[in-house]
Amino acid sequence: MATEDNKSVAEIPTAQSSPQPVTPSGVRVQSKQVPIYLPLIAGWLVPGAGHFLLRKWGRGALLAASILAMFALGLGMHGELKSEIHDILDMLGLAGDLGNGLLYLASRLAGLGADKVQVTVADYGTRFIVVAGLLNVISAVDAHNLRTGRKS
Amino acid sequence: MTHFAAVVLFAFFASVVFGITQRETPRSMVRYGAYCFVLFVGSAIALSWIMFFIAR
Repeated sequence: MATEDNKSVAEIPTAQSSPQPVTPSGVRVQSKQVPIYLPLIAGWLVPGAGHFLLRKWGRGALLAASILAMFALGLGMHGELKSEIHDILDMLGLAGDLGNGLLYLASRLAGLGADKVQVTVADYGTRFIVVAGLLNVISAVDAHNLRTGRKS
Repeated sequence: MTHFAAVVLFAFFASVVFGITQRETPRSMVRYGAYCFVLFVGSAIALSWIMFFIAR
């Protein structure tokens, strides 16, 4: 009786001990040993890194390629990297840009991106950069969901 | 780059991310990604024609 109670308690998934998939041979999957918030933070800092940590190589590569391509296209179109806040829309744009993580910081340090939108295409480029950041946040949250077992 | 080329590239990359993050199996990822791509591009074309006729 006591043994059954212990077993049922041990099987309840919690935030600290999420259910770990087990292979047919009884070996626990290595990716579940990753600290719970590491895929989220790594995925935000470097596109696709959260999935790579969880050994989701294909998904990570596709996400990284898509986000990097959108960010690079945005810079190529002379999109604006937000650095100053003048109104609420600038604040939202900066939040989107910060979603790119280290890409944003590296690009700012390298002096990439326009300070002011001069041509119509640059306006598209600014949106590409912001959306790349938002998509990066979505992919980082997806990596977190994979880590917690909410998604397989 | 033309506006339409920008729309297609935007739709493609956003659809890849949506497909991977919003579905669980590879088959459903591809289907959902294609669905998002068609909606992105289709709605852009439809809205363009609406604006074309409004402007006339």
